Amino acid sequence: MSSLAGKKLFPHKLLSAFMLGLWLLMNNTIAPGHWVLGFLLAWAIPFFTQSFWPQSMVLNRPLLALRFLLLVLWDILIANVQVAILIIGPRQKLSPAFMRIPLDLKQDFTITLLANTISLTPGTVTVDLQMEEGYLLVHGLNVDDIDQAIAGIKQRYEQPLKEIFECSNP
Amino acid sequence: MSFATEVVISLFLLLGACFALVGSLGLARLQDFFMRLHGPTKATTLGVGGMVIGSIIFFTAGEHELSLHELLIALFLFITAPVSAHIVGKAALHRQLPCEVRTKNVPWGNDGGKDSVDTN
Repeated sequence: MSSLAGKKLFPHKLLSAFMLGLWLLMNNTIAPGHWVLGFLLAWAIPFFTQSFWPQSMVLNRPLLALRFLLLVLWDILIANVQVAILIIGPRQKLSPAFMRIPLDLKQDFTITLLANTISLTPGTVTVDLQMEEGYLLVHGLNVDDIDQAIAGIKQRYEQPLKEIFECSNP
Repeated sequence: MSFATEVVISLFLLLGACFALVGSLGLARLQDFFMRLHGPTKATTLGVGGMVIGSIIFFTAGEHELSLHELLIALFLFITAPVSAHIVGKAALHRQLPCEVRTKNVPWGNDGGKDSVDTN
């Protein structure tokens, strides 16, 4: 086993925070004992597995991240109702389309987040990712204006993600 | 548990059930594979969301302490549902499954020929 010297004590702060939250939620308690145990696990697991995690994510703008989360949840709510109407309504009126969304994001993690966000908001599903050419292939259930839809997704989801995670290393 | 709480819980459960139903309807009604892919992603977002909120209120009101571990169900579904949809979609793309004729911008070209699904 290689020496642990030179390794950071907290290589992935975001992952650690997530794991602590996960532990407390899973045990459904905020008892002090579980805080201690959760904190230990949240330190130990990222620390001993750090060579498996290629990139360390840094949350540059926590407030913007919270706003983004609320925006996505709100969009899921609104778009769900819209798509429900589309599904129940006359299906001959639907105009499905494939869209190529050029990516400005560079890191795997943020691209994954963007692709997942697109799939979660109803009406659009990410079908393919072309890393070399740098675009996401997205299928939309009802797209009237392809260019406008692409611009909408880029401005609404990609821009905040870029600011939250990637600003420090352009 | 008061009557009002029970009404609120049932409303959330009904809301979730309705969206799960609409998602399944989409799976049955829509014409081509890629459009049907939209159905299941719906059922997991608002459908499960509504039921999870109902469950949180039920156990919080019933046991008089905050119960939030249901949120994890939603969290894990939100992580896994897009991934499975992506993989299934990628397989369909690889096989170039027939698309509905009106689909715009089909990557492998949609000439409305024999491969296209006839809607009539």
